[in-house]
Amino acid sequence: MNAPTADDMRALSKEKWKSLFGKEAIPGYVFISPWLIGFLLLTAWPIGQSLYLSFNEYSMLSAPRWIGTANYERMWNDATFWKSLRVTFTFVLFAVPLRLAFSLLVAMLLNRAVRGMNLYRTLIYFPSLIGGSVAVAALWRNMFGVDGYINSILGFFGIRGMGWISHPDTALYTLILLNTWQFGSTMVIFLAGLKQIPSELYEAASVDGAGPIRKFFHVTLPMLSPVMFFNLVLTIINSFQMFTAAFIVTKGGPVQSTYMYALFLYEKAFKHYQMGYASALAWVLLAIVAVLTAINFLASKYWVFYENEGGGKR
Amino acid sequence: MRIRMSSVLNQAFMIAFSFVMIYPVIWWVGASLKKTEELRLPTIWPEVPMWENYTEGWSFSANYTFGHFFANTLLMEAGNVIGGVLTAAVVAFGFARLSFPLRGFWFSLMMMTLMLPGQVTIVPQYILYNTFGFVDSYVPLVLPHFFGGGAFFIFLLVQFIRGIPKDLDEAAKIDGASVYGIFGRIIFPLIKPALVTVAIFTFIWSWDDFFSQMLYLSSVDKFTVGLALRMFIDQFEVQWGQLLAMSLLSIVPSVLIFFFAQRHFVEGIATTGLKG
Repeated sequence: MNAPTADDMRALSKEKWKSLFGKEAIPGYVFISPWLIGFLLLTAWPIGQSLYLSFNEYSMLSAPRWIGTANYERMWNDATFWKSLRVTFTFVLFAVPLRLAFSLLVAMLLNRAVRGMNLYRTLIYFPSLIGGSVAVAALWRNMFGVDGYINSILGFFGIRGMGWISHPDTALYTLILLNTWQFGSTMVIFLAGLKQIPSELYEAASVDGAGPIRKFFHVTLPMLSPVMFFNLVLTIINSFQMFTAAFIVTKGGPVQSTYMYALFLYEKAFKHYQMGYASALAWVLLAIVAVLTAINFLASKYWVFYENEGGGKR
Repeated sequence: MRIRMSSVLNQAFMIAFSFVMIYPVIWWVGASLKKTEELRLPTIWPEVPMWENYTEGWSFSANYTFGHFFANTLLMEAGNVIGGVLTAAVVAFGFARLSFPLRGFWFSLMMMTLMLPGQVTIVPQYILYNTFGFVDSYVPLVLPHFFGGGAFFIFLLVQFIRGIPKDLDEAAKIDGASVYGIFGRIIFPLIKPALVTVAIFTFIWSWDDFFSQMLYLSSVDKFTVGLALRMFIDQFEVQWGQLLAMSLLSIVPSVLIFFFAQRHFVEGIATTGLKG
């Protein structure tokens, strides 16, 4: 046997390299490079930078100045911070269950064989299509104003109207209502989930003598629980970031009753140019969302049902 | 008889429910032609339609008409849609079909960005764009779409590509096609229906992405429709009829796209999005 030549060695190491990384390593990274570059540039680096800035004082005019945890201490004593946190939690507490329940209800309504369903589906989806746009916020502001038509309708039933948007007790609830009216994206995901529940399950339940309510609790809900979980996680996260409606419809008022956390953060960063403080606020938001999401994931073990676990395969 | 009765009830219920949901929009159409005093009424059609709401609202700003703002927004949208569709397809192919080291890691990282609150990145992003002099330009609005168009779309397309039989790739490989050939000649043409969904959602979501537009565009010359409407609302004395007329016009592009591609919209996400 000859001793391996340099060429053999090179061939061997090439082989080894291939078996280690696969021959698709280079094309793989070529293909995902647009996302990867974007991720590093516009997500990963900014996250780190934001954490760093949260320990600094920075106005964009001079270099950042390290101030330790002063931003976080300031937050602790900032009444506006606590106010916006309370407003945001109230919003989330009402908006999330309402939106989920309403979306599920509508998805079930639309998942039936009724003549003309396509038309109904379009009509019901329509308000969500126009989304969180400024246009809808303008419409909402007019409808729920003192001279809005909602008050005229209430007047017809003998209820004395009020400035729903200009009153601190009700302003937040008009935003919650707006959020519920635009349930479309959540509903579409529920609808997709409902379509995947095999009809045999319902037939079997019927044979066993289950009525519509039992079917809902024993077939629909368990089968839909992964989708419900997905919607729950994302709706909570999105609700914490609610911005446009609060910014256009109520501008955070009256008396800060709709001063959502995202609005507070925006004003600190881009109106007062307190970039350090705003970054600290962003990290607190991230912590809150992360903790809630983690709780969601832990709790999901007890109520989310995945078909594969039972050994059944569709 | 019972069956017919219940189907009549069903229809009645669906009609009533649809009507309640859509009523604010119908009212909106009528209100855009109303005088300010009539806006308090829940009636739909005004006594005398004020077509001036449209003509005067169109040129509410001294120097620009809404045509200018529409053109700006459409220009931005063209970049967003092209960037999103092309790069999302490329990235999704990489994740769905190629095996490379750390693929699972990058993919889960990407899915996690779906849950990341944008507030955490917005301040450093702004500083970054400001450093390069891109603030008050369309770059910060369009550029992100050229980085894969967003995790949601990549995920959507990955799911779609996984549904395409691998035999097609294998056959092409035997015929001597490279991975780039497989992507360009086989996968890309096959995922066109899903790409339409990506294009529609990109268009509508960018149209509504008021926050970034407000953050990065400051000169009125570059304003989008959304920003122009905000300027309208913030006037000292709001002409509500005109404002509602222009707001209504501002949703027309999204509505047109919705009706042209409706099948893709509600059905599209149902079939592409969540099929494992």
